Amino acid sequence: MPGSVQSIERAAAVLRLLSGGAGRLGCVEVANSLGLAKGTAHGILRTLQEVGFVEQDRPSGKYLLGAGLLELTAWHLDPNELRSLALNWTDTLAARSGEAVRLGVLDGPAVLVVHHGFRPDDTEQSLDVGSHRPAHACALGKVLLAYDAGAAALALRGVLPAYTPLTCATPHRLSAALAKVRAQGWAFEAQEREMGEAGIAAPVRDRGGLTVAAVGITGAVDDLCDSDGAPRPALLALVQSAARAISRELAPGS
Amino acid sequence: MRPLPRFVASIDQGTTSTRCILFDQSGRLVAVAQAEHQQHYPRPGWVEHDAEEIWRNVCRVVPDALAQAGALPEQVVALGIANQRETTVLWERATGRPVGRAVVWQDTRTADLVQELAGEHGPDRFRDRCGLPLAPYFAGPRLRWLLDHTPGLRQRAERGEVLFGTMETWLIWQLTGGPDGGVHVTDVTNASRTMLMDITALRWDDTLLDAMGVPRAMLPQIRSSSEVYGLATAVLPGTPIAAALGDQQAALFGQTCFAPGEAKCTYGTGSFLLLNTGTEIVRSGHGMLTTVGYQLGQEPARYALEGSIAVTGSLVQWFRDGLGLIRSAPEIETLAMTVEDNGGCYIVPAFAGLFAPHWRSEARGLIVGLTSYVTKGHLARAVLEAVAWQTREVVDAMDADSGLRLESLRVDGGMTADHLLMQILADVLDVPVIRPMVRETVSLGAAYAAGLAVGYWADLEGLRRNWHRAGQWLPAMDPERRDREYDNWSRAVQRSMDWVRPGPPGG
Repeated sequence: MPGSVQSIERAAAVLRLLSGGAGRLGCVEVANSLGLAKGTAHGILRTLQEVGFVEQDRPSGKYLLGAGLLELTAWHLDPNELRSLALNWTDTLAARSGEAVRLGVLDGPAVLVVHHGFRPDDTEQSLDVGSHRPAHACALGKVLLAYDAGAAALALRGVLPAYTPLTCATPHRLSAALAKVRAQGWAFEAQEREMGEAGIAAPVRDRGGLTVAAVGITGAVDDLCDSDGAPRPALLALVQSAARAISRELAPGS
Repeated sequence: MRPLPRFVASIDQGTTSTRCILFDQSGRLVAVAQAEHQQHYPRPGWVEHDAEEIWRNVCRVVPDALAQAGALPEQVVALGIANQRETTVLWERATGRPVGRAVVWQDTRTADLVQELAGEHGPDRFRDRCGLPLAPYFAGPRLRWLLDHTPGLRQRAERGEVLFGTMETWLIWQLTGGPDGGVHVTDVTNASRTMLMDITALRWDDTLLDAMGVPRAMLPQIRSSSEVYGLATAVLPGTPIAAALGDQQAALFGQTCFAPGEAKCTYGTGSFLLLNTGTEIVRSGHGMLTTVGYQLGQEPARYALEGSIAVTGSLVQWFRDGLGLIRSAPEIETLAMTVEDNGGCYIVPAFAGLFAPHWRSEARGLIVGLTSYVTKGHLARAVLEAVAWQTREVVDAMDADSGLRLESLRVDGGMTADHLLMQILADVLDVPVIRPMVRETVSLGAAYAAGLAVGYWADLEGLRRNWHRAGQWLPAMDPERRDREYDNWSRAVQRSMDWVRPGPPGG
């Protein structure tokens, strides 16, 4: 039996990316969102344009979904299925890091918490699955925005409430923060949503490279950061390893 | 130089696969390796495993797990075994070759035999002595069937040439040398599922052996669940083999249900609820099984009541594959969340009759309360509620039998990923439902029992400290509504009864 064709997986990821958020993206934005080289993204976009799945907006040069896709239904990963696949790895992450774990997806301008595992210290905690967090003010949200150019564009045009003096509450600051996430492959947030709290998150990707969720830990600033205010390398490695493990669950056999 | 970290290895020899998991001193999972084995269905109702294939898988998964953790064999301080229960293996003492394939717990070939054994006394003929009703489920009748149907076997068994065991017995014998000095032992939890052991004395019982026609010479020695049975000569040479428990009992132990009144339920295809009743042997008036929970070394055995719910995960599978209303099992939650309540609709999944506590084999499943208002979302909710109400019925029966009031329910198994189900469960049971951090409670229980035996963990309190909540759901249902819903459910159950009428075969 022949194996998967990587270029088709990537093409699917491009289509899914264009199907969400603002709808019109430039070649560089597509490349950044999917972690592709610019030349590769360009080749895929041109090919999709030839088969009618993508159109190019002449004045701006940006790409949008083509008429050939009109009859195809919107793609959607069931959040409960995502939780079911992720559960063993989020538990492992909580046990090893000693911190609370959440798995989130984008829901409009906010992060929807689809899974929450308690901090393993047996203090009273309550599940907040189904609740929303502001995307621009948490590590999960920064990951999700960084790899979804359409959603990022919407967020940058919208209101960015300041929850603390450290929140990325201006388009300039948020945009710089998202570029940093793309450059390093993970997101970090300290006291941007709540004073005293910090978070580390990393992307969960499907086979084509599309970021479908983010997984991360939150905890006290002193627990998550070293003396320079950077995330502790050991914790960061645990978050990244959980994100990779969940990504593998989404793509069995790869 | 820092000393190398030390681990406990756990083998979970299950129905479809064999797994090895390494745990560290905090009870955290360090590595997992798994190998599936073939299911053999030689005739309708027959299910068999190849015991040699399973032994080969053990020889593979243990080194795989060590390699994953980058650990050396000498870093493993003890090995514990949890196993599929009631599966029956026979083998030659001199060669280690199995006599035929292992007969699996799901196999129903002994249905006629158990009827015959019950005779005019009925299925409870041996219940006082062994805690179990006569049913095709248990190992003793299976052993009798093999003795009756294999030419020359009984004579060889009487001469001690052929040995009997459940899976843990077979594996311990192989691990400790096989034909070359292998230790032939079982633990009290596995022995309590044979129908051959006196559940009070914890010894093979002559009356039961005579009635079942089983030669004593072929039986393993009964030991506690947590002690050093011997040192491994294969796979992990020199490592103490220090625990064995049936898988459901292992889950009870892994969930640290050490006190009377503590209970766990494992939600899989079917579900198993075990309630610790302490040193007291509770005889059920509602068809629950009386079983040994665990025994630590020389301490008195702790007993448990066991109730099984036949159709839970398989109800969701039917909703997916039979009705095609969802693409994947977790989607049932998404669909159920599209509505606020069940819309007046109830599903009783009596696919093969009603089990505990009703025991009505002529009942069949039904969907009741349909109006034009009901959508597939309401049906999805009714599926999840059916899982919860069936659990409530078993819990109520256990409360009545034991006089112990359940204070919380610890849950594990695949269905615990479904948050809506867990909330419904807390609502209908009216107690907190708690999911532990380590979902692999079967393996963890065997590891705990093995680690205790060699002093890796000091005592049960230390194990309790390792147990952490990963999630908790609190009851949030108005009591009046709970009563009304329970009444509706009970009326739906009543309506499912007496459906199948006696008639010509196939009619």
